[in-house]
This record gives sequence, structure tokens and C-alpha cells, in this order.
Amino acid sequence: MARIAGVDLPRNKRIEIALTYIYGIGRGTALKILDKSGVGAAIRTDDLTDDQLASIRSVIESDLKVEGDLRRDVQMNIKRLMDLGCYRGLRHRRGLPVRGQRTHTNARTRKGPKRGTVAAKRKV
Amino acid sequence: MARSIKKGPFADSHLVEKIEVALREGSRRVVKTWSRRSTIMPQFVGANVMVHNGHKWIPIFITENMVGHKLGEFAPTRTFRGHSGDRKATKK
Repeated sequence: MARIAGVDLPRNKRIEIALTYIYGIGRGTALKILDKSGVGAAIRTDDLTDDQLASIRSVIESDLKVEGDLRRDVQMNIKRLMDLGCYRGLRHRRGLPVRGQRTHTNARTRKGPKRGTVAAKRKV
Repeated sequence: MARSIKKGPFADSHLVEKIEVALREGSRRVVKTWSRRSTIMPQFVGANVMVHNGHKWIPIFITENMVGHKLGEFAPTRTFRGHSGDRKATKK
């Protein structure tokens, strides 16, 4: 079983995909990591040798911020905006879209499920 | 789209001058401005600025963290106190 940055990688997926299960690594970053560590992208996680795994691990450790560290970073950035009292911080505080999207309709990702509608419509 | 780095940060020159004078004369001096579009420069840190929000001036003390933001970000132009029906809606 391959364990990188505290995450279990899925066993039967190509390593380029498996790496994306780590927070902070997408397809592009995964390919860069594999390129740098000299591991083929098509190898399945289970077929990796210990050496290959170690080299992937070292690349991630030296070049990237992933998982907990990255999450903390993002949270700190948001907290900074909120403490600053700037517009973006205010939007974060109120749970509204931060980047100027409309809120007349939509914006449900930030605002959460619809509130205050007539109690759940019944099926006709 | 973000501003070109080649141009450097923008701040109205009249404002920059005023703030520099105010800082030299002592931190008690307040600068009133309409220039919400000006970027907060590193040399502004420690200044007291009143930024217009279209209605009145909002006092802002500039700290180091604010560098790189625009003045207008700290003086909200809209007041939203909630919808009339909101209280009932949140109860349900």
C-alpha cells in the first residue's frame, strides 16, 4: 500500500491519477512530479517499486505544500482578509461570493441551500 | 484581469504627496480622500486616511497587512441590513 503525505493512494489507478487524491495535487502537478522523479505516468500504484515511491515522496516534500499545510495556508489567507476588514474579508464573513458574482439569484454554493421557501414542495 | 506588472502599482499622485506630508508632520494628521482607486503603498503604513464611500468618510488606520489592497476595499459603499421578511424565514 502506498502512503504519501498521510493519504492512502488508490491501488489500481495509474499513478498520475492516484496522486490527485492528495489535496493540492491535480493532473498538471501530478505529471510534473512524475517527470521530475523519473517515474512513468502509466504505472499502477501497486506496481511501483519502493525506490520510485521514495523519489515521488521526496519530490513532493521538497517542492510542494500539500494536505494539512496547504489547508492551513488557505485558512490563514482567508483569516487575514477577515481580520483586515477589507471588502473580500467582509464577504467571507457573511458567507457570500467574494469575487463580484451576482447574488440576486444563484450564489447557492456560498449561501448554502435555499432557505425560507414554502416548506418542501410535494410531488404532484 | 490583473494589472500589468510592468506598470507598477497605481496611486493618485496627489494622494501620495498628501500622505507623505501628513506622515512627516506627525501621525495625528488625517488625510481625507475620494481616491478609492489608489493602491496602498508601503510608505503609507501608519497613516490615518479617511476614505469616502459616496456618503461620508470612513476612517482607516493603515497597517502593514493592507499594503497592496486598494483604499476603496476598506470603505464599503453599500449598507445592507437584511430583508424585511428575513426573520420569519430563518426561524423555519
